[in-house]
Amino acid sequence: MDKGKSIIDKKGSGSCYANGLQRGFHSQASNGGCNTFNSSGNCSGGTSNVEHFRYLHTDDVEANGSSPAKRCRLRRRVESLKRNRPPFPWFGMDIGGTLVKLVYFEPKDITAEEEQEEVENLKSIRRYLTSNTAYGKTGVRDVHLELKNLTMCGRTGNLHFIRFPTQAMHRFIQMGSDKNFSSLHTTLCATGGGAYKFENDFRTMADLELLKLDELDCLIHGLLYVDSVSFNGHPQCYYFENPSDTQNSVKTPCSLADPFPMLLVNIGSGVSILAVYSKDDYKRVTGTSLGGGTFLGLCCLLTGCETFEEALDMASRGDSSNVDKLVKDIYGGDYERFSLQGSAVASSFGHMMSKEKRDSISKEDLARAMLVTITNNIGSIARMCAVNEKIERVVFVGNFLRINTVSTKLLAYAMDFWSKGQLKALFLEHEGYFGAVGALLELLKSSEEP
Amino acid sequence: AMWGGQSSSGCAGHSMDKSITLPPDEIFRNLENAKRFAIDIGGSLTKLAYYSTVQHKVAKVRSFDHTAKTEGDPLYEISMQEEVSARLHFIKFENAYIETCLDFIKDHLVNTDTKVIKATGGGAHKFKDLIEKKLKLRVDKEDEMTCLIKGCNFVLRNITHEAFVYAKHADSEFRFQNTHPDIFPYLLINIGSGVSIFKVESEDTFERVGGSSIGGGTFWGLGALLTKTKRFDELLQLASKGQHTNVDMLVKDIYGGSYGSLGLTGDLIASSFGKSATPDKEFSKEDMAKSLLHMISNDIGQLACLYARLHNLTRVYFGGFFIRGHPVTMHTITYSINFFTKGEVQALFLRHEGYLGTIGAFLKGAEEDNPNQYSWGENYAGSSGLMSTSPDLNPMQRARSGTFDMLEMDRLERQLVNLPLLQDPSSYIPDTVDLSEDALAREYWLYCFEEALDGVVKRAVASQPDLPEAAERAEKFRHKYQHKLQTLRHQPFAYGSLTVRSLLDTREHCLNEFNFPDPYSKIKQGENDLALKYFQKAVKSLGELSWEQRQFALVRGLLAGNVFDWGAKAVSDVLESDPEFGFEHAKLQLEERPWLVDAYDQWLKRLKGPPHKCALFFVDNSGIDIILGVFPFVRELLCRGTEVVLASNSSPALNDVTNSELQILTERIAAMDLVIQSAVKEDRLTLVQSGSSSPCLDLSRLDKVLAGVVRERHVDLVIIEGMGRAIHTNYYAILSCESLKMAVIKNSWLADRLGGKLFSVVFKYEVPPGHKTTTLDHVPVTPS
Repeated sequence: MDKGKSIIDKKGSGSCYANGLQRGFHSQASNGGCNTFNSSGNCSGGTSNVEHFRYLHTDDVEANGSSPAKRCRLRRRVESLKRNRPPFPWFGMDIGGTLVKLVYFEPKDITAEEEQEEVENLKSIRRYLTSNTAYGKTGVRDVHLELKNLTMCGRTGNLHFIRFPTQAMHRFIQMGSDKNFSSLHTTLCATGGGAYKFENDFRTMADLELLKLDELDCLIHGLLYVDSVSFNGHPQCYYFENPSDTQNSVKTPCSLADPFPMLLVNIGSGVSILAVYSKDDYKRVTGTSLGGGTFLGLCCLLTGCETFEEALDMASRGDSSNVDKLVKDIYGGDYERFSLQGSAVASSFGHMMSKEKRDSISKEDLARAMLVTITNNIGSIARMCAVNEKIERVVFVGNFLRINTVSTKLLAYAMDFWSKGQLKALFLEHEGYFGAVGALLELLKSSEEP
Repeated sequence: AMWGGQSSSGCAGHSMDKSITLPPDEIFRNLENAKRFAIDIGGSLTKLAYYSTVQHKVAKVRSFDHTAKTEGDPLYEISMQEEVSARLHFIKFENAYIETCLDFIKDHLVNTDTKVIKATGGGAHKFKDLIEKKLKLRVDKEDEMTCLIKGCNFVLRNITHEAFVYAKHADSEFRFQNTHPDIFPYLLINIGSGVSIFKVESEDTFERVGGSSIGGGTFWGLGALLTKTKRFDELLQLASKGQHTNVDMLVKDIYGGSYGSLGLTGDLIASSFGKSATPDKEFSKEDMAKSLLHMISNDIGQLACLYARLHNLTRVYFGGFFIRGHPVTMHTITYSINFFTKGEVQALFLRHEGYLGTIGAFLKGAEEDNPNQYSWGENYAGSSGLMSTSPDLNPMQRARSGTFDMLEMDRLERQLVNLPLLQDPSSYIPDTVDLSEDALAREYWLYCFEEALDGVVKRAVASQPDLPEAAERAEKFRHKYQHKLQTLRHQPFAYGSLTVRSLLDTREHCLNEFNFPDPYSKIKQGENDLALKYFQKAVKSLGELSWEQRQFALVRGLLAGNVFDWGAKAVSDVLESDPEFGFEHAKLQLEERPWLVDAYDQWLKRLKGPPHKCALFFVDNSGIDIILGVFPFVRELLCRGTEVVLASNSSPALNDVTNSELQILTERIAAMDLVIQSAVKEDRLTLVQSGSSSPCLDLSRLDKVLAGVVRERHVDLVIIEGMGRAIHTNYYAILSCESLKMAVIKNSWLADRLGGKLFSVVFKYEVPPGHKTTTLDHVPVTPS
């Protein structure tokens, strides 16, 4: 393992983002020895996983003599690795309460020989997924998140990020059945609650067996992996410079170097808060049912909107101070006795107790107030957990933060303001996809075990 | 006219709704002496506070000059005197009545010294001009939260059963906590339109440690938007009928079942309103209101737990209009706290939660009178008590329209503190049986007190033969106490845990209310006189016995003396029908050994050891009990070299000997007995007030002077005598020194409960575990 690490060190010393690679992820892999896949992203242009490194390394040294017997041995090992590699297609799936997140690895190093051997429906899946950016009415590929030239398990390709509503799950399973997916003999790695809920439907409708994985394990593994490979040469992680001024705070890339301990706040339909001490040492501190699902659910009821995008768009145009009762609305200014600023929200939706105010507000105001309420509440609980757990780094992930700068800036502000600068809010570009990536990693890992 | 016309027709004639039709002078009592007004105007309710002085009669005992004493004259003189004491009045009513109430107060306000009214609450601003115009008082605003905390400290310190745990499905909804003088530190979560969380460390040290904008206003505001229902109470009504699972996304909606590895059950809410993110579905108002209520309660509960953990506090009190007696919100908050702390922290609610602001504002205005240096006690006669808010129990009560709720607190003469010898003051509960949790016992005792009422009325009239209107007052007393008993039958939790003690105390309060301060004064006087005549004879005959025979005779004498108790029905029957019933006769009635609880052998063995340093004796009845039972026993202790402190009631209760009576009796006995005489002279026999005026005994609320004496004298033996003090209360009290608890069970029902029969004897001798002077083989058992 030490030798493997030294190679990574060398290869990672190029121009690209290497810190996270070494300290974040690899150091864990070398400690525990339980992490068997990796990639140096596009820095080195195509290496393989850690195990693979070691083989190549030792063999390289021995192969310097170029004895035919040794070359033969090397080929055998590569062949063996190939045999242990799971067959394509490579998927990782995270079936949440609201959204299904799907990651798909598209191999770009397919040899002509392979191309010929590739069965027709595998090819059609690949073409369908990679040539479209939308699937059906509700499926979307987040093209901007695509990780290019990624090497996984000895293969180089692109990692695609796809999402669709959990409500469409049965249609998705039906499609798997129609495309005769089961004939590919692939293992479908799935996490999230839906892995349990839909397991039987996969079996009966599409003759598919799911490999069910724990969602929090997947989340953490996926997050550390995605961070370590960098975002096409750019950092995965960012924070807000000058968080105390939400109008002028600036999104600033950073590295998630030395990530432990961290408080990981995953905001999906609901919220889970984890204290993470190492890759495999974490605990769920608490959770709250006031999450993304609450924002969208209440927005739909209050404004008649239908989608998250619609709700966010309205929120971006609204003014929550028409809906919320502020400290100054009660005290005329700051509440000095307890040093509360007049602009602080005293009662979310507090103005809505009065009929006149109810009649005078807009849907946009309501959407904005809903967004601010949910976000502040998550911030408040996260901050208390961070203090109780004595952790200073708070990482917010989950699809609630997608295209949602109002919330990310507000969370950054809340962490900074209420902790008097002690706490730092961090965000990751691939927000909600870490569980799915973690599931994919399990697929690659499982096939390597003898 | 409006005062009488407010009764909601649906519940007319219902005994519990009497307060609706009360005339205003029964609501705003003692206005003619009122001063120091304070007002707290909330969103819907107004709370008014003022201080008054109450003139009432007290029975004073005065010794005659010894030299003038001739045979046949009474021992001492009893006179009725007017005494003035302080009382706090708190009245709560709907904002709709504010103008009428102000008019009434203006018309009856005599005291012209009052220039200022302290005001707090959100509505104080709105009604400022009206108050200033009507009352001609200057409105002086006080900070709402500071008032809240001051008020909270005050009720927690002065009202023993102030705090309760709410249990929706339990036999009794409210489980009261015994609060002790040591109330700090605690966390107060005030759920108004937003949430404020205070850490309170002492009377003057508190800080707002956090808060949340998701509070009562969020429930109300969002609820109004979602359901088009305008009123807070109506929203709660909707919520109590809804099914949140139709709107919320549960763990099982995501997982198909539970999330086993994390221990999250399938029914747990994963995402509040998670199911409503769909355009093509309608949701019922009830379901949405319920979901909203769960969302907000859980959120507040979670924050409360996080703050409790951060500050390492386990006492967490909830208040604010979101809570204010609403069973639905108390239930959801309790559930949430249980869930998030896994039962480590209990959500506590307050019986007088609605009064905190006005109490605090009043205290701010009364600082020059320094009300916090006194102890105060809830007056059961003048306070309305807690109404059940459960819509299932009594739907009409929810319609509070026209209801005036009152709280009256009396200033106690003495400052009350813990007995320093309580093993663990925080877990001490005076009462042996909680009648609010024991339906059978409750039935019996309520019946028992009702049955005894005629006799009490008769005796009250007889105690004031010179006052012609006594009969009329006695009837008013009967009516009031009967009404209290009826209220307690339906709402046992009205004044905290219902106990025999609270029933007795309520009766005393009602008697005082109608100027019957000491109905037993004459009876006590006669009995004392009679018993004194036999004292020397009794002592002489004891002196003729061998040491061991004498020890037993002393204990038997004490127990037999205790049979003479007018408070117990079985005894008063015998006494009234057979005046010849004497001391010797009583001894014959006593159960033969082994007694129901019998630790006499251990006690005897202890007596063979070194004498105690000092004994504290809580005495019981006048007459034969104190003179022929207690004094010979005390005399023997003194002879052994043990100092004795006799603790007696500060003011009258039943036929219990009061401190002033005991002083005269001790003087008289000292005059004829040298042992007592020298002990008094040498300060080896001391008399102290208990601070109590109850036939029962709360060891956590005793006169501060008594506590001082206990410390100075190094009391190492506590003797508690009689049913009220040793059975109804303190039967399970654990002390840090040796103790004797003895009583004769003079109630057949109670005897039956304890596994004995009428006149069974309880003789409990206890030594704290690990005690140095322990020479015992085993600690006596309690009755099964």
